[in-house]
Amino acid sequence: METKEKKPLEKVCIICAKGSLEDVYATLVMANGAVMEGIETNVFFTFFGLDGITKKGMNKLHTATTGNPAMRMPGGLPFPTMLGGLPGVESAVSGMMRKQMEALDMPPVDEFLEMIKAGGGEIYACKLAVDMFKLEKEDLSDEVHSIITIGEFYEMCDGDRTQIIFT
Amino acid sequence: MALKTIAGVELEVSEDGYLKDMTQWNDEIAKEIATEIGIELTPKHFEVLNYLREKTEAKESLTIRGVGKSGIVTIKELYVLFPKGPLKFSSRIAGIPKPTSCI
Repeated sequence: METKEKKPLEKVCIICAKGSLEDVYATLVMANGAVMEGIETNVFFTFFGLDGITKKGMNKLHTATTGNPAMRMPGGLPFPTMLGGLPGVESAVSGMMRKQMEALDMPPVDEFLEMIKAGGGEIYACKLAVDMFKLEKEDLSDEVHSIITIGEFYEMCDGDRTQIIFT
Repeated sequence: MALKTIAGVELEVSEDGYLKDMTQWNDEIAKEIATEIGIELTPKHFEVLNYLREKTEAKESLTIRGVGKSGIVTIKELYVLFPKGPLKFSSRIAGIPKPTSCI
């Protein structure tokens, strides 16, 4: 007999290794979404993804205006790569993106991290990357639980209804 | 859609248990849905439920961030009131449609 028992996710472990606005937000939206569904959530920030949890950088993330074929002008026309390389353009475009996100009630990164933490999700920083960028625990958001190795992170990913997501 | 008797009233509910018509809702129905989920309602719960219903009536989209800014509860308190489903369970108990927001 065919059984149709559902096996809902119990845990997600999300790894964010890139520091652009969209990469960090993809991580945050998925992490917060999991927490809201009652799924145990661990998030691991590594390499340039660390920009998403440093006090200095987290609320000033940029989206790439060069080398980003999906970038469009307001109105939908393609965004010329040459234009994207001009000084200040990336900042302005990123600022506009952040404003549009705010209009959809997407919070700034610091507040998003607080929301994930408030629901019981945990945020970790990668030790190797923290050492490489010469950062200290104080440089990171207060919501960061601790700086750990990838081995320690894998230990948290046990359970047969666990998924690891790499953004 | 299915019919389900909650607190002595026959109601139309969605597959995952959300009321079809939010005007049929009352405190007793809320209490029975909450018990089914495993939550015992307190006056604080009702404050949140009434807030959600008001926002839904005003056709505003609901997010946990919005609830956190309502001044009724913080997001952390919301998770304490409705564990593992701050928006999902609270919406179901409030008799409003399943939330469509990702935040």
